[in-house]
Amino acid sequence: MTTELIVAGFGGQGVLLFGKFLALSGLKEGKEVVWIPSYGPEMRGGTCNCTVVVSEDPIGSPIIDSPNTVVVMNKPSLAKFGPRVSPDGLLLINSSLIDTTSDRTDIRIETVPANDIALELGNGKAANMVALGAYVALTKVVKFDTILDVVKENFAKKKEFLDLNIRAVKKGYELAS
Amino acid sequence: MAKVLMKGNEALAEGAIRAGCKLFFGYPITPQSEIPEYLSRRLPEVGGCYLQAESEVAASNMLYGAAGVGERVFTSSSSPGISLMAEGLSYIAGAQLPVVVLNMVRGGPGLGGILPAQSDYLQATKGLGHGDFRLLVLAPSTVQEAADLIVDAFDLADKYRNPVMILGDGMLGQMMEPVEFKDRPKSKDLPPKTWAATGLVPGKKKSIINSLYLDPLELEANSWELKAKYDAMARDELRWEQFNCEGEYDVLIVAYGSMARICKTTIELLKKRGVSVGLFRPITVFPYPYKQLSDAAQKAKMVFCVEMSTGQMLDDVKIALEGSRPIHFYGRTGGIVPSPEEVLRQVERIRNGEEVDKVWER
Amino acid sequence: MGKVVFKRPKSLADVPTHYCPGCPHGIVHRIIAQCIDDLGIQQRTVGIAPVGCSVLAYNYFNCDFFEASHGRAPAVATGAKRARPDLIIFAYQGDGDLASIGTAEIVHACNRGEKITVIFINNTVYGMTGGQMAPTTMPGQVTTTTPYGRDVNSIGWPIRVCELLSSLKTEAFIARVSMHSAREIVNAEKVIKKAFELQIANRCFTFVEVLSSCSTNWGMTPVEAQKWIEKEMVPYYPLGVFKSPNGDESKN
Ligand SMILES: Cc1ncc(C[n+]2csc(CCOP(=O)(O)OP(=O)(O)O)c2C)c(N)n1
Repeated sequence: MTTELIVAGFGGQGVLLFGKFLALSGLKEGKEVVWIPSYGPEMRGGTCNCTVVVSEDPIGSPIIDSPNTVVVMNKPSLAKFGPRVSPDGLLLINSSLIDTTSDRTDIRIETVPANDIALELGNGKAANMVALGAYVALTKVVKFDTILDVVKENFAKKKEFLDLNIRAVKKGYELAS
Repeated sequence: MAKVLMKGNEALAEGAIRAGCKLFFGYPITPQSEIPEYLSRRLPEVGGCYLQAESEVAASNMLYGAAGVGERVFTSSSSPGISLMAEGLSYIAGAQLPVVVLNMVRGGPGLGGILPAQSDYLQATKGLGHGDFRLLVLAPSTVQEAADLIVDAFDLADKYRNPVMILGDGMLGQMMEPVEFKDRPKSKDLPPKTWAATGLVPGKKKSIINSLYLDPLELEANSWELKAKYDAMARDELRWEQFNCEGEYDVLIVAYGSMARICKTTIELLKKRGVSVGLFRPITVFPYPYKQLSDAAQKAKMVFCVEMSTGQMLDDVKIALEGSRPIHFYGRTGGIVPSPEEVLRQVERIRNGEEVDKVWER
Repeated sequence: MGKVVFKRPKSLADVPTHYCPGCPHGIVHRIIAQCIDDLGIQQRTVGIAPVGCSVLAYNYFNCDFFEASHGRAPAVATGAKRARPDLIIFAYQGDGDLASIGTAEIVHACNRGEKITVIFINNTVYGMTGGQMAPTTMPGQVTTTTPYGRDVNSIGWPIRVCELLSSLKTEAFIARVSMHSAREIVNAEKVIKKAFELQIANRCFTFVEVLSSCSTNWGMTPVEAQKWIEKEMVPYYPLGVFKSPNGDESKN
């Protein structure tokens, strides 16, 4: 089983961290993982994305034309990556910032109001963690406990954000389960 | 040690430290700045020295100094910076000093771009700088392999008293993968550095670190001495990987570094369609595994060289095959990385007797 | 920002720049373009862009331009000026470009008295590559390659380029201005114009250092960054005219 993911949004929405946490969780479960960011002049202010592959087998290409899962956090990302989801794949849309959807019928489309939920929890910045929780619930690529551990470990030094982010992944997970 | 998730750049930097290197001289440049940034934090922790040089010209000459007094020393840069280091590297090779240099290649020529490319292959393998010299060049294709090869690179540099280059590309540097730093016993059979200029103490011969030979016979002797080292490397240090080459295949892909791992996925995709294609991946690109490639190619009807350049390693593939098999080439460059599906479409075309799709002509 | 840009100089291209919000590169570009307009030299001016954040400066000016390799702009300028002395040549360089990798080129261009104008943007960091240490980084300043702060015992003190170049005997115009307030920006325009006038008169090598900021890599708001220039940089990098062929030096 190989899960390929492109997660995309504005710079500053935390999509790289979303991807990194997924990769760390895969690693924790003894799987093969690779994470690769888009890098370059477009990084500042513009759109930003990363690709993550989690697999039971050794991973070849980190460059994926048609990933089997895509998470889009803003509208330009939907336009860019929506068409690239592989048939039968999953497209997860952040409905707080995207009021449209994809017209594709050959894929599964899910939504999560990630920013709204994060704001309810006290800080819009945690939208990426809400989306991550939902993503894990929908794909089951890693166990929920694993992702929770990764969040805890990575925010251990930033105590002021720890609780917020834990609640954010939990909420995202519950909503999508 | 447990596996940790690291960027290729960081793994290489940590690998250098694990290899006992305590000295880094360099100059910031994308896409390898994580290396100096990592080492500026990490080297002081192990009592080492990180120094940001005023330029790559200066950095390469700082390497000359540090290597000349017998210490393990490392630098990393990317294409335009490596061109500036050509001066120091030529002196280092001429004076027969061990150093490790990393090139995280970006698109060129000139200022080019900052995205991954393989367009410095000829520069790296055919003598980087003036004079009759070569670097030993290793081309990793995963983060783990990068972390392992850089440790070997220091040993090989010491063994041959020659600069060793790790040839990566922006993708390898930016990519995160699990890495394990293996505790390796220190190589015992490395010769002591009696040649180092560490002071004329009683019982020691005077050391002169030098590449100047005004007597043509002496200069010629030095050049043949270098050549003998390169021949020894070609005999003893060749490394390569074959993938899906056990059974039958009618196409053999030849690719190195990041491009090779992309081709592995192409091969897996082709397998699902019942098409068997082999991959030959040189790991040492100087010296080049000519014979091994030629042997692997004999099972195939045709050879397909894929690069992120307009055709540089292609020259070595031609040398290896000596006209014995038709060679097809597909290259994207300037920072464009071909996807597995893109390569697959080309394999299908050449199997059908068509030419590769020249997408770049659009 | 202090000064109202009431009208775009015709030597400035009407395109959005890639600079971060609050970056002074845009202001300095406008000042230079205004001088080119005022002096009526647009048709014979050739600019030289460096490697650094202003690498794309050739897109932002309406005049001919080169893009030089890292640090070599004064050498490129020398070549162009020696080949075509009738042209007005200006090089635009950052502190990494000019005071690190290009130290030799700037010192020798100045020492030969090349009749060119060099605008030197000192923002204390390597902006483009992500905020590494520059030769002008302040003592103790944290950058991505000085995680423990710049240690002057190990890498020396920040280089004061104006003072260094002023020590050369060859006649030259050498001045330092700042971007930290509206008043200083108005003054910067006067000084830069003066430099171009001296080049037009074929008088001497002309050099203007501009104390600037990089709020992105400093991790500050543009307003905090302006204050930081005034409080931290100006005391170490005094403003004024360090050397002038007219003997009208003025330091403050
Ligand atoms: C030979 C070479 N080495 C390194 C680089 C990478 N590089 C690009 S811009 C830059 C630093 C520019 O800093 P500065 O001159 O201070 O200008 P700023 O970006 O702050 O405006 C470096 C090191 C390069 N392009 N060429």
